[in-house]
Amino acid sequence: MSPIMEQALETTLTVNGTSVTRRIPARQHLIDFLREELGLTGSHVGCEHGVCGTCTVRVDGKIVRGCLMLAVQADGRRVDTIEGLSDSGELAELQEAFHRRNALQCGFCTPGMLIAAQELVANEPGASRERIREHLSGNYCRCTGYQAIVDAIEDVLKK
Amino acid sequence: MKAPPFAYARARSLAEVFELLAAHGDGAKLLAGGQSLIASLNMRLSSPRLLIDITRLTELSGIQVRDGRVRIGALTTHAEIERSPEIRRHLPLLAQAAPHIAHPAIRNTGTIGGSLALADPAAEWPACCVALDAQFVIAGKAGARRIAARDFFKGLYATALRPDEVLTHIEIAGAGPDHRSVFVELAQRRGDYAMVGLAAVAKRVGGTLKDLQLAFLGMGQAPVLARRAMAAMEGKRAAADTIAAASEALSRDLDPAPDLYSSAATKMHLARALTGRALAALAA
Repeated sequence: MSPIMEQALETTLTVNGTSVTRRIPARQHLIDFLREELGLTGSHVGCEHGVCGTCTVRVDGKIVRGCLMLAVQADGRRVDTIEGLSDSGELAELQEAFHRRNALQCGFCTPGMLIAAQELVANEPGASRERIREHLSGNYCRCTGYQAIVDAIEDVLKK
Repeated sequence: MKAPPFAYARARSLAEVFELLAAHGDGAKLLAGGQSLIASLNMRLSSPRLLIDITRLTELSGIQVRDGRVRIGALTTHAEIERSPEIRRHLPLLAQAAPHIAHPAIRNTGTIGGSLALADPAAEWPACCVALDAQFVIAGKAGARRIAARDFFKGLYATALRPDEVLTHIEIAGAGPDHRSVFVELAQRRGDYAMVGLAAVAKRVGGTLKDLQLAFLGMGQAPVLARRAMAAMEGKRAAADTIAAASEALSRDLDPAPDLYSSAATKMHLARALTGRALAALAA
């Protein structure tokens, strides 16, 4: 049997715990699907070539670039966005620390920052400031100069 | 920007991949981690008619150690290599290099096979594989063939892969007890493309370096094995005079082109600085 070759594919994925089935154009990135088809506009679209990190979401528990993955590739996978991770309370401590430390100004990078930071908080509780900076090297902030962001994440890691 | 339209096929076997490649030729591209391919589609630098998603071919993923040889599937991600205890033990160079590859979210998705097949001159894995004298296993409709990493890279984004073939595994001899390795790289910001990088391995025997291998990235159109510098240092102790001699020999190994940020002279200076650091670290 020849493999199926399509311009659009019926795709079923779990988004923030809810199963979603849609016919998705192959060329549509995961981030555009989440924002435009599902209305989950908390994740942002920045550079669209994997540099800025504002489209960071989680797929099967790992952070990925939403602009460097096709939505059809998420078939059968679990996707978590800032909306789901906010509602579940998983990011609450980081969100509180960002607020307290003024770790955002315009807020455009913040959803990606929080999701990326949470991966470090969960996997490396003893991470140094240097490790925080390394881990966030793929998430650009054009307002804060990063100092307050690193402070906020360090606060959570020290708890 | 947004990617141009293309068709998509999710391969369920290598046989299906070969069938699609035969039917579509240059119009088809393999989609592995996609961390370079999808960026280039978004920027409309390439416009394939068909993407063949090979990421569900689980037989192309994972790390195995058998009889002192390490076999890494092409779909193994950078992050899996970075965190693997087997890699840390048997191929420490790869564990040292992995953190230099882009950023965590990209390392979670990008694959070693994708990086090798793309052959970006600033990429870390090609230089590591050249330094470690890796063997690549390539599958085609007619069967599998093997090729040394040192014969695989042909130039700028050019390899010995034919359009109807798939890189499936790499194999590398595991490190012996005297094995030492170091990976050093200079980039404008952490995770950016390397300006210059160096993968270095040797055996340290009674204070001297034997079987030294120095493979540079970002210094040519493909990884460059610095044979004259290697010969200058072979069997010697790393000291100020031997390191200076090896650095001097580098000018006959390397002929970098200037890029947007650095002149050729600057790149040579950086390559010498990295060589000094790497040799000192190997000997330490």
